[in-house]
Amino acid sequence: MTLWTAILVAAAVAFGLKLAGHLVPERLLAEPHVKRVTAALPIALLAALVATQAFVSPGGTLALDARAAAVAVAVVALLLRAPFIVVVVLGAATAAVLRALGWAA
Amino acid sequence: MTDCEPDPQARRLVIRESLSVGIATGLYGVSFGALAVAAGLDVWQAMALSLLMFTGGSQFAFVGIVAGGVSAAPAAIAASSLLGVRNMLYALELTQLLGLRGPRKLAAAHLTIDESTAVAVSQQDVRASRLGFWVTGAVIFGLWNLTTLAGAILGNALGDPRRWGLDAAACAAFTALLWPRLRNRQAGAIAAVAAVVAVVLAPSQPPGVPVLVAAGAALLAWRAPGPREAREGAAEGSAP
Repeated sequence: MTLWTAILVAAAVAFGLKLAGHLVPERLLAEPHVKRVTAALPIALLAALVATQAFVSPGGTLALDARAAAVAVAVVALLLRAPFIVVVVLGAATAAVLRALGWAA
Repeated sequence: MTDCEPDPQARRLVIRESLSVGIATGLYGVSFGALAVAAGLDVWQAMALSLLMFTGGSQFAFVGIVAGGVSAAPAAIAASSLLGVRNMLYALELTQLLGLRGPRKLAAAHLTIDESTAVAVSQQDVRASRLGFWVTGAVIFGLWNLTTLAGAILGNALGDPRRWGLDAAACAAFTALLWPRLRNRQAGAIAAVAAVVAVVLAPSQPPGVPVLVAAGAALLAWRAPGPREAREGAAEGSAP
């Protein structure tokens, strides 16, 4: 699969899901168990993405490097109610500084 | 749009709220554009995601996974699609609120994201909801695409993304997207289980697969949360 194919397929699915919600009768998806699980999907996926990006190196081995430090700084910033863009910039700056100083990979 | 005319003061308030949400959200397209090129997409591919997919969480997930190589593309499609399922739930609520038919329904579907839903459902009357939905959605769509382009060009100019911490910026972005969703203990448990499963599987599985398996942690929500943690609401927080 080429990257372009993947982008177009993923975009089509994303739009299809949005449109489906506007077209299907509500009772098909309104069952409380189904609603709770679908609402919980972003939580599980985002937590898995944070964990793998913070603790797994691109080669697939477990690693504690500059990205884990960036997540720690991001959590502190979020506890202080910093806005999204500030959290992202602080995360990048943390890793960039640690790498420039040679303190972390 | 004559069906979207609340009284002048309510109208000003909705527009102000829509603009502040829209501008704050639209601006971080810069980080998406920069991360997309750092993950190996070109500027046009980054733009295609923002124009056509237009749902930030899914876009970040997609580029985060294809950064592991184009062989991870099927997992990237699956992860972005699972994240997009929530837009379908938002659409269910919005479709009654908006009362549209024909081509406008297609436009409304494309603009159905966290922020436009949050602004629409938090208004007191239906006309304010409709105005808030359209203004928020349109402002974010315009800004998100402009800032994606800026971020992608900037990211290309920066060279090695790791030197500037762009890979860590992605981790921070996912943390910030997750944060407002950890509203109760059940959400915390789901996040913890998913994180552990993904890290345990990562050394033995191809890129992207651990994240998909970890998504199964969402099944923990099959049981309703206890009475103290029961507050549930659509489209809160600041995730795109």
